Amino acid sequence: MKNYEPVMGLEVHVELNTKTKMFCRCSADYFGKQPNTHTCPVCLGLPGALPYINKQAIENCIKIGLALGCTISPTSLFERKNYFYPDLPKGFQTSQYRWPLCITGNLKLEDGNLIRINRVHQEEDTGKLTHLGGETLIDYNRSGVPLVEIVTEPDFKDTSQIKDYAKKLQQLFRYLGVSNADMEKGDMRLEANISVRPVGQKELPSYRVELKNINSFRFMVAAGEYEIKRQITALEKGEKISQETRGWDEDKKSTYVQRSKEEAHDYRYFPEPDLPQLTIDNGQLTILKTTIPELPWEKSKRYVEELEIKKADAEILAEDKKLAEFFEETLEHGVDAKDIANYIINKKIDIENTHPGQIIEQLKKKKTGVIDSLEELEKIAKKVIEENPNFVEIYKKGKTTVIMALVGAVMKKTSGKADAQKVRSILEQLLTK
Amino acid sequence: MSDITSLTLTQTLQALKDKKFSEQELNSSYLNRINTLNSKLNIFLEVKKNTSGIPAGIKDVISTKNIQTTAGSKILSNYIPPYNATAVERLLEQGVSIIGKTNCDEFAMGSSGENSAYGPTKNPWDETKVPGGTSSGSAVAVASDCCVFALGSDTGGSIRQPASLCGVVGLKPSYGRVSRYGLIAAVSSFDTVGPITKSVEDASLVLDWISGGDNYDSNAKVEKFTLQPQGLKAGVKGLKVGMPKEYFGEGLDNSVKKVIEEAIEKLKELGAEIVEVSLPHSQYALAAYYILNPSEISSNLARYDGIRFGQSRETIGAEVKRRIMLGTYSLSSGYWDDYFAKAAKVRTLVKMDFEKAFESVDAIVGPVSPTVAWNLGEKVDDPLKMYLADIYTISANLAGIPGLSVPCGFSEGLLRSVNHERSLPVGLQILGKHFDEETILKVGYAYEQITDWHNQKPDLRFKI
Repeated sequence: MKNYEPVMGLEVHVELNTKTKMFCRCSADYFGKQPNTHTCPVCLGLPGALPYINKQAIENCIKIGLALGCTISPTSLFERKNYFYPDLPKGFQTSQYRWPLCITGNLKLEDGNLIRINRVHQEEDTGKLTHLGGETLIDYNRSGVPLVEIVTEPDFKDTSQIKDYAKKLQQLFRYLGVSNADMEKGDMRLEANISVRPVGQKELPSYRVELKNINSFRFMVAAGEYEIKRQITALEKGEKISQETRGWDEDKKSTYVQRSKEEAHDYRYFPEPDLPQLTIDNGQLTILKTTIPELPWEKSKRYVEELEIKKADAEILAEDKKLAEFFEETLEHGVDAKDIANYIINKKIDIENTHPGQIIEQLKKKKTGVIDSLEELEKIAKKVIEENPNFVEIYKKGKTTVIMALVGAVMKKTSGKADAQKVRSILEQLLTK
Repeated sequence: MSDITSLTLTQTLQALKDKKFSEQELNSSYLNRINTLNSKLNIFLEVKKNTSGIPAGIKDVISTKNIQTTAGSKILSNYIPPYNATAVERLLEQGVSIIGKTNCDEFAMGSSGENSAYGPTKNPWDETKVPGGTSSGSAVAVASDCCVFALGSDTGGSIRQPASLCGVVGLKPSYGRVSRYGLIAAVSSFDTVGPITKSVEDASLVLDWISGGDNYDSNAKVEKFTLQPQGLKAGVKGLKVGMPKEYFGEGLDNSVKKVIEEAIEKLKELGAEIVEVSLPHSQYALAAYYILNPSEISSNLARYDGIRFGQSRETIGAEVKRRIMLGTYSLSSGYWDDYFAKAAKVRTLVKMDFEKAFESVDAIVGPVSPTVAWNLGEKVDDPLKMYLADIYTISANLAGIPGLSVPCGFSEGLLRSVNHERSLPVGLQILGKHFDEETILKVGYAYEQITDWHNQKPDLRFKI
């Protein structure tokens, strides 16, 4: 019996939180609004209406590309993706295909693996269908909302990598401030391409199954796991797996066929004649680069390396940009970063209603357990000297910087409740005797 | 004023200024004429009874707020747009009023006006002849004095060709000169909005009114055309005018050729230097056009899916269906390279032909149409023959350059006074560099000053 391994790629759609829609001036904030009130001739696809590009959306798309290490195409094109669906008023989606805005980037996962990004491109969302009994209602408030699609290479080896990748993207969107990336509201949508091959085989499998319309990280993992097992079982039985699109049935905990290969669309892409070529000049790009903030995984790495904060704590602090900014504001007040980190995390500080200064004050108050008795400090220092004869020897040989190690040991014994300067002079006196 | 409706736009504005008549009189004069002629010639699909403003006809592929806009198709027979096209909006700002929506070939596809779902418009010079298309109603409305001027659209000749066949002035502006917002799309990369008028000066004025960029058409350039009376009237002395040898070969009707050559001779008399130029890829232009045109059409018409506009797709006419099918085919995976991509390359070559020719000449002149107006029904069963009617006009759309049609005589050089049965109008086409409408208008204006063709009116008395 052969061993099989999954080959998986991910497509992520994210709705941008721009004020207006991609190609018209309607408000893009459609969630929970009265149906068909955020519409105009353009996003309703009325005869004669034309698209006009939202520059903010393009900038946001470029920011995502830059943060993922993509090359930004100096020239790119919009194309029409032609297909019929009642939620698509023009009969085509204005998207990008042959000439996307951002190409070839990557994202590093927690486990150190690199996921290659094939493309990040700009497109528009469709309207929303609601099926009520025998009738279908169409709400075009969402029609034309800016949408960015991020496509990976088939680099995922297991579903935990998929989850990690998707969560990192979600963090990224929020850090960049380009999207709320709320899965439940449909701001962020996942599609996975899954196939399996015998371990050792280099070529990609000849088929792929697309998992579509999955609206939570948990369901994506469950559907992915199910699909990997289903495909391996089928291959072991010698069956051929067909290229198809499948959805996830949460009640039955299984995937099901949504569309077979025969029903696959020929989208008849061609360059959107209503829009000029998109040109990004270097000056524009330089400015945009300066707006990319330190990213969450960069922050947590820095917290660990420079501030000596535990990895788990660093990740908690960096996860949300507001929390990270709050934390960073409390630094540089002479209070130990680790103490601040512990305090914020353990006390579950409500950063919305707390000023960073308050945290410093509270921590300084705690410090009033300071030992100022010289006798007591001398006692502890002597004990430390006794316990560390090797350090004493090094010190006496002239390498006096080793005294810091002894200071550290005293501080540890006093749980930090001593003045480091005082401890140092006591230790120096004791050692030169 | 005995004959208000025969005045040009420029003359009408002057007469109103001089209080020779009121706007109310102006409107009622035109409405009276429409009353008498519309049923006979089938010019307007809808008439608005205004009492003020400068009455203009608007081709029914151009969106007019609260006025039914059908694009000559039954599938839009219930469609009332909630917005005005940018060009219409700009006319209204100038005190223009919409006297009616003019008949046209369905979704601006055709060359004769016969593809309208509301029946063909008739040529006012001879009711048994086609008026040309697709701005059939707009050209006839102006030729029969049923409006002061009209807006048309030109995708492959749809302003110039009916203007030529009806003996009026038609201007196809450069692509990007006038916003297309509100023009119901046929071929997005070829479509232009432009005027059909009674004089070249009128065409300049209307272009001045409607041109310039807006924030609704990304391809409309900011540069507005501004009418400079001195520039328009500067004459053609010393101008180099090219005659493309490809436009005078096989297929061009001899009597039309004779009229065109005489007109060019007039330009020479005016001091223009006439030189032969070559547009070597002209022979491939029609083929490329009929790949690119249906391709874009198949996508642009996808929205008429029978769900939103209240009518079934069964109501769509044969020519429109033909192009949707052709275009769907040429964009299909596996055919892209052989059809769409190749045609796009030919388009570039055609464009380069013009760029090269314009290195040595200021304007290019030739026929608009290889023949004069033909019999109604003559070509309806032969789409290829119909497509060939656009042979001299489509290249300007492939290249995006401006083109003007100016009346330059009648099929056998006969004036209306002779009223020969086959005496039908011929138009001289003047093509210019991209965004150089000024030069072609200057040539047209100079020609008009020493000829009387644009003042000729069809004899419609027997119908009144």
